[in-house]
Amino acid sequence: MKRKWLSGPYVLWMVLFTLIPLGVVLYFALTDAATGKFTLSNLAKIADYWPIFLRSIWLSIIATLICLLIGYPVAYFIAHCKPTTQRLLQMMIMLPMCISFLLRTLAWVALLDDTGIINNFLTSIGLSPLPLIRNNGAVILGMVYNYLPYMILPLFTVLMKIDPRLIEAAEDLGCNSRQVFSRVILPLSVPGIVSGITMVFVPAVSTFYISQKLGSPGTILIGDVIESQFKAAYNPNFGAALSLVLMVLIFVCVGVMNRFTNDDEESMVTL
Amino acid sequence: MSQELIRLTNLVMEFDGERVLDSINLYINDKEFLTLLGPSGCGKTTTLRVIGGFLTPTSGDVLFDGKRINDVPAYKRKINTVFQRYALFPHLDVYDNIAFGLRIAKLDEKEIDERVTEMLEIVSLKGFENRKVTSLSGGQQQRVAIARALVNRPKVLLLDEPLGALDLRLRKDMQNELKRIQQAMGITFIYVTHDQEEALTMSDTIVVMDKGKIQQIGKPEDIYNEPKNAFVADFIGESNILDGVMLEDCKVRFFGRTFACVDKGFEKNEPVDVVIRPEDIDIVEADAGHLCGTVTSVTFKGVHYDTIVDFKGFKWLIQTTDYCPEGSYIGIRLNPEDIHIMRKSEYSGMFGDYSSYSAEYDEIADAEGSEDEA
Repeated sequence: MKRKWLSGPYVLWMVLFTLIPLGVVLYFALTDAATGKFTLSNLAKIADYWPIFLRSIWLSIIATLICLLIGYPVAYFIAHCKPTTQRLLQMMIMLPMCISFLLRTLAWVALLDDTGIINNFLTSIGLSPLPLIRNNGAVILGMVYNYLPYMILPLFTVLMKIDPRLIEAAEDLGCNSRQVFSRVILPLSVPGIVSGITMVFVPAVSTFYISQKLGSPGTILIGDVIESQFKAAYNPNFGAALSLVLMVLIFVCVGVMNRFTNDDEESMVTL
Repeated sequence: MSQELIRLTNLVMEFDGERVLDSINLYINDKEFLTLLGPSGCGKTTTLRVIGGFLTPTSGDVLFDGKRINDVPAYKRKINTVFQRYALFPHLDVYDNIAFGLRIAKLDEKEIDERVTEMLEIVSLKGFENRKVTSLSGGQQQRVAIARALVNRPKVLLLDEPLGALDLRLRKDMQNELKRIQQAMGITFIYVTHDQEEALTMSDTIVVMDKGKIQQIGKPEDIYNEPKNAFVADFIGESNILDGVMLEDCKVRFFGRTFACVDKGFEKNEPVDVVIRPEDIDIVEADAGHLCGTVTSVTFKGVHYDTIVDFKGFKWLIQTTDYCPEGSYIGIRLNPEDIHIMRKSEYSGMFGDYSSYSAEYDEIADAEGSEDEA
């Protein structure tokens, strides 16, 4: 029973730096900037920003799906390599994560800019430059590039754990390789898909730096709005209200997704 | 019972240049219960996996109903497998696990339901339909695995050490159960085990393997009573194996004495291995015995005593219900039918000495010394 004290430092940490700040956010969101009195006007104002909320969620969903489509085959491939190759490939996937997030995004600016590396190359061979930056596509590209490793790694871990004898058993029972995948491998990798999606979607939906550097004023995301409330508009009360709503929306999205996969996850847990 | 179903001809399997199966020739009859028996690494599971289609042989042929099936993938063979440690699908419940093969075969749900229900009854798992397979005990998982394979009505069922993970009591029950199912459904069983008792109990035919080669094929009684070489004699049951010389038909000399036996067809004065089963030896008074020796250890085993007797430095195991205390001087008598003669083989001299059988440390040290000499 004494073991429960082992979690003490973390509990203290969480109370100080998660629960209390959340309370502060809640307080700011529900009070008036000037008078400090209770008000719902901050939350009411949010209605004007619904399109930005929806765009943030929409772009993040697309980025997450692209990550899944790219990440699953890669994770599957790595899971079937020899252990030494696996380690090498795993390291290559994690390598970009060792470089600053800001630097990586700026590097894309240098690549995609109207006078950037790619367009300079195109003009030098006589082609007209392409509008590669300051649009939704560039924002999605930035999200995919930055968050792809967080999709691949949980998928890889789950695919590695699938017992090869289950695949033999499926073949034994008449499955061709396509059926082995759809009947056994895919259902058994659902927990990896869920955690991959969560780990990409959640940071993507609240990002602001990617959209500032790769997007246009027309592709502003909710993260940008929140940032500007604190840094430019000096309205922390409204910023807090936005953060609160975003948090609730993320909970709803993740909750809906988990509802779809709950049964499978349980069976994996008891495995 | 006699129609041939599967034939392996000159089957060779190599992994990275290492020969795991060496010219295996074997035929398996329809509705037969055939057991591949041998120590781990003998090639029995490899043989099974070749028949199942999970491995393609390096050379040689696999024939099914007279047709060569070397290149037919596992999912197209009319063969199903019960895997070691079951390999049940953790994301499906008991019912869906059993129905898996039928759904792949696209049977209509009504027939699937009938057949799954029938199988659940055969393996006594009625009422377990919606249980998660991960919540079942080892024996229950085992039965789901058997049902999942049998529901497809295969011509052949391959079983890879299916009872290895079960405790003794459950294993005995499942042995009977499997034999009953095999006879009731009239399916060919190819069974892999390292447990000689299991093989003797269940099989119509036993194939004893070692080092990638078949050592002997035969009925359980024949394998036990007429082992072909020292390996088989030692692996199936307990054996005292001695050096002897065949003087002429029905006459063998060992331990400086000539004994009558029932074996024929050896060269004059051919050196041979002599097998004497521990339970065939009669203990008598010292002066009435063919051979006399001193008891060095006695272990109570329930049904009998394992008695180790030292005859001129060679230790024999005798299984007897008569208690002879340690240190007593006794005689033994051997009847002609208790003596079994085998030709010399690569295994001669490797087995059949019970020096290491005792719990006493100095005797174990002796045994290690004698192994070094060999």
